Amino acid sequence: MVNVHVYITLKEGVLDPQGKAVEHSLTALGYEGVEEVNVGKWIQLKVEDGEGLDARITAMCEQLLANPVIENYSYKVEREATV
Amino acid sequence: MRAAVIVFPGSNCDTDMFHAVKDFTEAEVVEFVPHTANSVAAYDAIFIPGGFSYGDYLRTGAIARFAPVMKSVSEEAAKGKTIVGVCNGFQILQEAGLLPGAMKRNKDLKFICRTVDLKVENSKTRFTSSYDKGDVLRIPVAHGEGNFECDDKTYDQLQQKGQIVFTYVDDVNGSKGQIAGVQNEAGNVLGMMPHPERAMEAWLGSEDGRKLFTSVYRNWRESNVVTN
Repeated sequence: MVNVHVYITLKEGVLDPQGKAVEHSLTALGYEGVEEVNVGKWIQLKVEDGEGLDARITAMCEQLLANPVIENYSYKVEREATV
Repeated sequence: MRAAVIVFPGSNCDTDMFHAVKDFTEAEVVEFVPHTANSVAAYDAIFIPGGFSYGDYLRTGAIARFAPVMKSVSEEAAKGKTIVGVCNGFQILQEAGLLPGAMKRNKDLKFICRTVDLKVENSKTRFTSSYDKGDVLRIPVAHGEGNFECDDKTYDQLQQKGQIVFTYVDDVNGSKGQIAGVQNEAGNVLGMMPHPERAMEAWLGSEDGRKLFTSVYRNWRESNVVTN
């Protein structure tokens, strides 16, 4: 099994109301130099390794995990180090 | 007319929808149909009510869209059957790819629960023919994710093809073009965030939702019942 981390964000150009609110909050707290805040989702899956892993992850992202109309996704596969 | 009201785990406007169809149309049959049903082919009109199907987990409508009944809903939509999705029902139809766009969180991040002014943008639809274009209706909204979003190309198409059926008179939730309700290109699938089924009785605040149901029924009757 491998650990798959899927990151889902709103597409560029789609105004993110949550990101804006967090950005305003940070500014109000006195944190300067914060320009852009985006709020997204992180989904962790344990997936069977092997042939077609990328194709399987991509299919899961496109069919269910992300909504391609407004969201982008990316993922990272994490293999446990073998001793 | 045979009408179905689909019930998902977490639907909470199903009873109101049932009564709106039952009491304000002359449908011979109005039935609740569970999310587990394999077919809705026996119905002429399919209503998908509001609520929080599957707890709104992942995204609103994202899980419900894969419920067994939705395959049949898509098939019946392709055949031209009348499909109406309200609130969560609208979100489910978007996730299913039966309606354009997607919903973001409301621009002020608040759940909005109040009665708003809704403008009829297109009265030449099977859902709004009993209204006049430009009519302003008082209809309740109750949603946290009703901020309609689509790309500019889609928006232009919606405008050109008369697919924008309802808009908010005021900017309620940040929706692009203040869109509150759209239909598909073929004109047989409607989605709207406001709740017409909650605006059926003056003593409950408004009866402006009635004509949506009478429109659906009349249009079905005109195309299906031979009168002498």
